[in-house]
Amino acid sequence: MWQFFHKLGSPKWFYGIAGRWMPWLLWSGLVLALVGIVWGLAFAPKDYLQGNSYRIIFIHVPTAFLAQSVYIMMASAAIVTLVWRMKLADVFVKSVAPVGAVLTFLALFTGAVWGKPTWGTWWIWDARLTSMLILLFLYFGVIALGAAISDEKSSARAVAVLVLVGAVNIPIIKYSVEWWNTLHQPATFKLTEKPSMPVEMWLPLLLVVLGLYLLFGWLAFVRMQTEILYRERKTHWVKTLIRPEGAA
Amino acid sequence: MHPKRKKRLTLILFLMAGLSIAIGLTTYALRQNISLFYDPSQIASGEAPGDVRIRAGGMVEEGSVQRDPDSLRVTFRVTDFESSVTMEYTGILPDLFAEGQGVVATGRLNGDRLFVADQVLAKHDENYMPPEVMDSLEKAAARAESNTAQSIPEY
Repeated sequence: MWQFFHKLGSPKWFYGIAGRWMPWLLWSGLVLALVGIVWGLAFAPKDYLQGNSYRIIFIHVPTAFLAQSVYIMMASAAIVTLVWRMKLADVFVKSVAPVGAVLTFLALFTGAVWGKPTWGTWWIWDARLTSMLILLFLYFGVIALGAAISDEKSSARAVAVLVLVGAVNIPIIKYSVEWWNTLHQPATFKLTEKPSMPVEMWLPLLLVVLGLYLLFGWLAFVRMQTEILYRERKTHWVKTLIRPEGAA
Repeated sequence: MHPKRKKRLTLILFLMAGLSIAIGLTTYALRQNISLFYDPSQIASGEAPGDVRIRAGGMVEEGSVQRDPDSLRVTFRVTDFESSVTMEYTGILPDLFAEGQGVVATGRLNGDRLFVADQVLAKHDENYMPPEVMDSLEKAAARAESNTAQSIPEY
């Protein structure tokens, strides 16, 4: 366990491992997400009350779920940055922050599109929607702060502190629908209970969520590889990787 | 673990705990403002202010919706199964508005404790079901009801 953790300290080692994992993540993610989306949008039964408009759940729930998971992963990486000063943790935070921002935006957007016919309004300042908007601004803040400080070490620490402070928002998003009266409905999926949805609806949804996780992993690895190449551009291993001995 | 790293980790955990407590207390103090609407029992107990715009939410009571034949005016009772509030609204209601469904309305309580709404939003619950399943559930419920109705004379 600790050995694996210490290996992560080497960007070169991670670059190789990521390259080997990427095709698996990409193809399994694509298959799962496509099967789930087609099944959900075209074949799953419609809802007795909302008709077909509920189908936006197959995009809304996975993106909202991932948007929060990505932030939790970033917060864990931020602790690693602050405690172990590991460069790779900072590479991860900076590579996935824009991905998280896009996922959060998609969740907010699909929610608004669904809210108009279902609730009667695009937007309402209830606790769930507002805390999700704060998450979007946190992602923007992380991106901006990381880009504003040019020194690699101080940028890494400042971003890590911001990510950790913002992590308080995650339980607020999760429990907002239980702690306060909101227009947004409580969670359909709970760890301890059966989902309040039949299996032919939640199974495609589960496939999309899993597929999106794998696709996120692939995208994170692609972006991290690029970031590693850029940061290590002066080292010997990157130089030989880009321009093999013979060609130079 | 290296003692220096251990110290850093403890410091971070302490700061995170402190921050969570601070935010928790703040949101607890502001819970009235964060809650989107008052339930009917809060209105009945006088917790909701009378002369300002507020939001009220709950379930539309079965059999309480009355439409005015000459205009778009609708009156209905909203309940949380403890107390209920009578609401009046003029306008087009959202598609999901129905008896037994949740609503959140914005408006004012007038002197007669009538809630005059200027916006009605439908609140969806967390349950999803195919129409056929809902149908058979309703039929089963109706059968159960007629069974109990028939069995009454025996007693």
